[in-house]
Amino acid sequence: MHFPALRRALVALLLASPLAAQDSTSRGVHIGLTYDPGSKPGVVVLPVTGALGDSIQTIVQRDFDYGDRVNAIVLDANVAQDVSRATGPNWALLARLGAAAAVQVTPTASGFHLAVYNVATKQTALVKDFVSGAPPGSRAWRAALHGISDELEEAFTGVRGIARTRILFERGRRIWVVDSDGEGATPLTEAGTPISPAWHPSGGMIAYATYVPAGISVLDLGSGRARRVASGPGVYISPVFTPDGSSVVYAHGTDNGVDLYTAPLSGGGGRRLSVGRGSDNVSPSFSPDGRRIAFMSGRAGHPEIYTMDADGTDVDLLTPLDFGENAYRASPDWSPDGRHVAFMSQIARSFQILTINLRDRSLKQLTSDGRNEDPSWAPDGRHLTFVSTRTGTRQLWVLDIESGRSRQLTRGAAVRLPAWSPRLAAE
Amino acid sequence: MIRRTVVLSLALLSVAGLDACRRRVVPAPAPAATNTDAQRQADSIAALRAQLRADSIAAAEAAARAAAAADRPPAGELAAVLTQKVYFDYDQDILRDDARAVLEAKVPILLANPNVSVAITGHTDERGTAEYNLALGQRRAAQVKRYLTSRGVADDRLTTQSMGDSQPAAEGTDESAYQQNRRAEFQLSGAGALMRPRS
Repeated sequence: MHFPALRRALVALLLASPLAAQDSTSRGVHIGLTYDPGSKPGVVVLPVTGALGDSIQTIVQRDFDYGDRVNAIVLDANVAQDVSRATGPNWALLARLGAAAAVQVTPTASGFHLAVYNVATKQTALVKDFVSGAPPGSRAWRAALHGISDELEEAFTGVRGIARTRILFERGRRIWVVDSDGEGATPLTEAGTPISPAWHPSGGMIAYATYVPAGISVLDLGSGRARRVASGPGVYISPVFTPDGSSVVYAHGTDNGVDLYTAPLSGGGGRRLSVGRGSDNVSPSFSPDGRRIAFMSGRAGHPEIYTMDADGTDVDLLTPLDFGENAYRASPDWSPDGRHVAFMSQIARSFQILTINLRDRSLKQLTSDGRNEDPSWAPDGRHLTFVSTRTGTRQLWVLDIESGRSRQLTRGAAVRLPAWSPRLAAE
Repeated sequence: MIRRTVVLSLALLSVAGLDACRRRVVPAPAPAATNTDAQRQADSIAALRAQLRADSIAAAEAAARAAAAADRPPAGELAAVLTQKVYFDYDQDILRDDARAVLEAKVPILLANPNVSVAITGHTDERGTAEYNLALGQRRAAQVKRYLTSRGVADDRLTTQSMGDSQPAAEGTDESAYQQNRRAEFQLSGAGALMRPRS
């Protein structure tokens, strides 16, 4: 009966020193917690008094939960009363709950006050004030809280969280955006024919294609102004920004196939990159270093994933050629750590999300429930969003590829073509 | 003078009525500044000429209208042939025999009506990705255009575009709906009255 506890203690002792050393080299605030990558540190988000207290506690708790790196210990009402006292945290109770740390985020006149407590040392590990002028309850106010959650996750685990990110998608002939926790779904464009939204690396602009009239538009999220960077006869599809943010790469076709082009944001015409010889070449996705582009091509007679240099040379088939039922692979998205490409593949008359490891080209199927399409990586390279029909209509889901946990991100009318933002700056 | 001016105006009006473009280039008659006999005579001759010209144009137009009416098939039949859709197999832009037959029927009408332009729009069923389907729709429209130009229809009369899977002709997720959605559609412009091809 005592064995598991003893083993945990031993493991903690054995792991403590090397991991602590590792922690000290990571970015962010070091608060002396031992992080075992195989387990999740337990964290209690302490109750906050005041009108917005419950919202604050709920948002931060949920951010930890959705981040999948921290075990957010949710307290029932009885325990919640006792966990925090006038003199400070109830250390004994926190320890019994399995918490390594407790955090408290309190609203102040100028923003938020954060306190982090280390349960093992019974000490305050961190105190910090965050300035935010956002009206309480607003989108920017929630974004400020998400930023605090992300900073806390970095302090606990060495990896910054992804709570302050957003996901673009298409719904009802408009481009929409939703926060990473599913809150605040809002249309960004007027009704029309926008498709394939993509984030600028700064998070301040998006690009999308329209098919009537055909072209590529760039929308500045700050000013709300949209402008055309490419247009004309034929079809324009699937724009992405180059990782340096200076240009867009997109698919364009007239009467001789659809090829990938690049056009600078500063103006000037598009330059052709791919040589498809009449085939369809769409859905580009850059490697994080900007040197290679993954894309979908029908040049072999059916859609497969290829990679090429950013100038269009050195084309390489990435997915194994597989004729027959499975011969339809599409929508590649290069992971932010550069190690995988996620894509959709036809399997058993449906579509599923797979990843291919770029080192050994091993394939891993991530979904099997319903039809699953259009994967897009979160900036942590651990979470993916995609379109799934598992509950009936096409909705966005988020999958943690390490734990296999998934959650529904959008609800309501059908959606498609998600694009996960980079980590966003404070508003 | 008053009567002559009325005649002249009527004559000009009838000319103008026949051709909207011409109306812009015919100058309005300026009242004569000096009312001499010579001027009156010139006005009279001009009015007569205008009247004769208007009469002959009107007669020619009437004859053309009569001829066209005699030659015209039941309303909309030619347009129906030109706008008849063609259908494709899954993930294919290859023209099947039925599609070729539909396109072949359009060729003589297009050749007999060189002022008609056609916008060809490619569509797909909902399967696969929206992005690839836009490309596939474009490829289908381009394949149709290629067929028509190979049969002598001028390239600049045919434009192509794709709606991908965004405008299904039939709702549903079975093959019969999918087949109706994998198509190319045709929209005519500059048509006016279509002339029947000489057989």
